[in-house]
Amino acid sequence: MIRCRGIEKSFSDKKVLSGIDLDINDGQIFGLLGPSGAGKTTLIKIITGQLSYDGGSALIMDKEAGDLTREDNRRIGIMMDNFGVYDRFSCTDNLKVFADIYGTPYAKIAESLELVGLKSAAKKSASDLSKGMRARLQLARVFMHSPEILFLDEPTSGLDPRSSKAIHRLIRDKKKEGCTIFLTTHNMEEAYELCDTVALLNEGRIVDIGAPDELCRKYDSKKTIRVHLNTGEDIELPCGEESGKKIDELIAAGKAETIHSSEPDLETVFLELTGKKLEEE
Amino acid sequence: MKNILTIVKKQIRDTVKNKPVLIQFLMFPLMTLIFENAIKADMPELFFVKMFSSMFVGMAPLVATASIISEEKEKNTLRVLMMAGVRPFEYLTGVSVYIWVLCMAGSAVMASALPSGDIPFFMAMMGTGCIISIFIGACIGIFAKNQMVTTSLMMPVMMVLSFSPMLAMFNDKIEKAARFVFTQQIRVAVDGMSFESAGRFGVCVLAANAALALVLFFAAFKKKGLE
Repeated sequence: MIRCRGIEKSFSDKKVLSGIDLDINDGQIFGLLGPSGAGKTTLIKIITGQLSYDGGSALIMDKEAGDLTREDNRRIGIMMDNFGVYDRFSCTDNLKVFADIYGTPYAKIAESLELVGLKSAAKKSASDLSKGMRARLQLARVFMHSPEILFLDEPTSGLDPRSSKAIHRLIRDKKKEGCTIFLTTHNMEEAYELCDTVALLNEGRIVDIGAPDELCRKYDSKKTIRVHLNTGEDIELPCGEESGKKIDELIAAGKAETIHSSEPDLETVFLELTGKKLEEE
Repeated sequence: MKNILTIVKKQIRDTVKNKPVLIQFLMFPLMTLIFENAIKADMPELFFVKMFSSMFVGMAPLVATASIISEEKEKNTLRVLMMAGVRPFEYLTGVSVYIWVLCMAGSAVMASALPSGDIPFFMAMMGTGCIISIFIGACIGIFAKNQMVTTSLMMPVMMVLSFSPMLAMFNDKIEKAARFVFTQQIRVAVDGMSFESAGRFGVCVLAANAALALVLFFAAFKKKGLE
């Protein structure tokens, strides 16, 4: 569905993307993880044809991104962090504008609003919506014309956990419907929960790519198992047959309270690879 | 065509809600009706229609066009429209058609004070002036990064276009400078209700202003696009 080879992009003298290679298959949720300024939004803009690139190739639906037609654009839904809504319009009127453009029947508006949980706010002015509701209104706009590919740029950025969870549920539902989803985030939990594949982007380069749990296992340098005992003591055992026996004994004796493997989370993997944190403090 | 109509429809929905722009469309037509009916003594015939019409041309289309474009740019709704497949010329045509039609409706209200024989000429002059003003407003909207810059650029242009015809009535020096501005030539033409009153020079000024507005519009669009 999306295939990038050696994408290069510079703004003036500053190189923002360098040698980007990635493949995204149909029906997959792909996560691009990186700190602010890593080049995530630039890459989305390139793949969706909003921005030209200096080298390489970006294919989407078997077409160069720069050659996308109006009809191709209708197969794509884009929710960018900075995309606005019409503040003076109600939620319904906001969607009416895009229903007219896409030729979608107005009946789909109520459906889309219900899908994102904004049915009761249909007549509410967009200026009166909370940040989470505005994000859901944007999602309703994106979902309304049933696109095949969704680009979601930091869809839960700055949202409370409840709104984030609601958006995660919507993203999963879209995946079930067969939608291919390209998601950028600097929230490693979000990436781990939602994505089939993640790419770690740092200073315009992909430092590693793979399934989230594979990446975590790959960078598990300690390879230990930590057991918390009911005495309050923690013991760390190396992975192996001997440790297995020891853990069996602890369980049989009723001493083991919790058992955890030592593989790192994505945040730690990113830190190990780049020396940087994903989320700025 | 469908997208142009969608933009017009969107703007119509916004008309009552966008108070600052709505005021531009209503202010001069209403003031004309009130003043023409309230002040009769010692005033030249149809004084307020003739004065306010050139002010209306210099202000309403310019402010409305620049404000609408810059607001959409600043709030990033314009980018959403572009990504949804609306082309820049469709957007600009939709906005321009909407503003022009509303300005003509306002002009029709002003024309209601005129003898019926003068109305076609008056409307033709107002229509031409509004088109030039829309192009200048679009230039500003395209060129400015946000609404604040738009206001800074728009104010001096609007002051020159809308107030120079009025000031030219009271000051010869201003009149000499203002004669090169299309709104002054519209006032002169509307004053005599014929092209003869503006003379060949007036028609040339109108044509030159229209050509300049077009060139500036395309230059701004080429340089900045609609992003």
